[in-house]
Amino acid sequence: MTKDLLWRGMLAGILAALFATLFARVYAEPQVDRAIAFEAAHEAHAMGRPEEEPPVSRAVQKSIGLATAAVLYGAAIGGIFSLVFAYCYGRIGRLGPRSLAMLIALLGFLIIAVVPALKYPPNPPAVGQADTIQMRTGAYFMMIAISLTALLLAGQVRAMTIRAWGGFNALVVSAIAFIVVVAVAQSSLPAINEVPGDFPATVLWKFRVASIGMQLILWTVIGLAFGWMAEKRLRQANAPR
Amino acid sequence: MAESARVLDDQFIPVAGMPAIPLRDFAPWAALGLLLALIFLYFVSTEQGAVSLFKGTSVHEFVHDGRHLLGFPCH
Repeated sequence: MTKDLLWRGMLAGILAALFATLFARVYAEPQVDRAIAFEAAHEAHAMGRPEEEPPVSRAVQKSIGLATAAVLYGAAIGGIFSLVFAYCYGRIGRLGPRSLAMLIALLGFLIIAVVPALKYPPNPPAVGQADTIQMRTGAYFMMIAISLTALLLAGQVRAMTIRAWGGFNALVVSAIAFIVVVAVAQSSLPAINEVPGDFPATVLWKFRVASIGMQLILWTVIGLAFGWMAEKRLRQANAPR
Repeated sequence: MAESARVLDDQFIPVAGMPAIPLRDFAPWAALGLLLALIFLYFVSTEQGAVSLFKGTSVHEFVHDGRHLLGFPCH
């Protein structure tokens, strides 16, 4: 059963990535182009010579390159999504397959996309200094790891308090525990602000909204498509032969 | 739970008669799936950025827009 769910998860992820790519092509790529134009204008001004030819052209980057990155990411997220589903199904209450898939999609979007982005928001080209890439990458992955840990911790808090305090209160207390852990982590991780002083604020805002929108589409389509496929597979396993 | 299952028209379906997927069915596929996922994520997020397995910048430049948009530090 896990094998079949894993392939379906990766398939759902690839399908979701195609939708996310279309969205990004329309709403995000104009912002990337504007950021690159800003960068090029600054470099030309600073060095007084035109930029050398990049190894991959912009036309490739914003079409097949973007789609490839999204499909790899979608297949990976979809695969992990299906494994979380396979483990949780029947183990955390007796939720129906489509409801459980949407619950995992909602939590995944919050944990992987929203919470880390509150501390380290996605940045367009021209934002970020090359010599801090190691530190920035480490801090970003640390933020994702803490966000995930906080969710597992909140789940434990809910399980421990649900008998004494009832379902609603246990959920509130576990949500508070999650927020406290995330808030402490976000205030102790290093601050990163490498946005150039004259970078256009509207481009930055639109880029970040488009980036979160892309993640929202990815997780929503994975949740819907995987839930539908998983339900069909489970019904088939139960059908009398 | 029963109420939400009724409202959402989404009943719990037992896994071929069992309450959940047994761990001996889950574990090997979880290992394979995680390994594949981590390889994919590494190339989208980090290769030729903070860490380089291959020389040059073509992997970085190829996934460039996706890396920015999916929220990873790019360069």
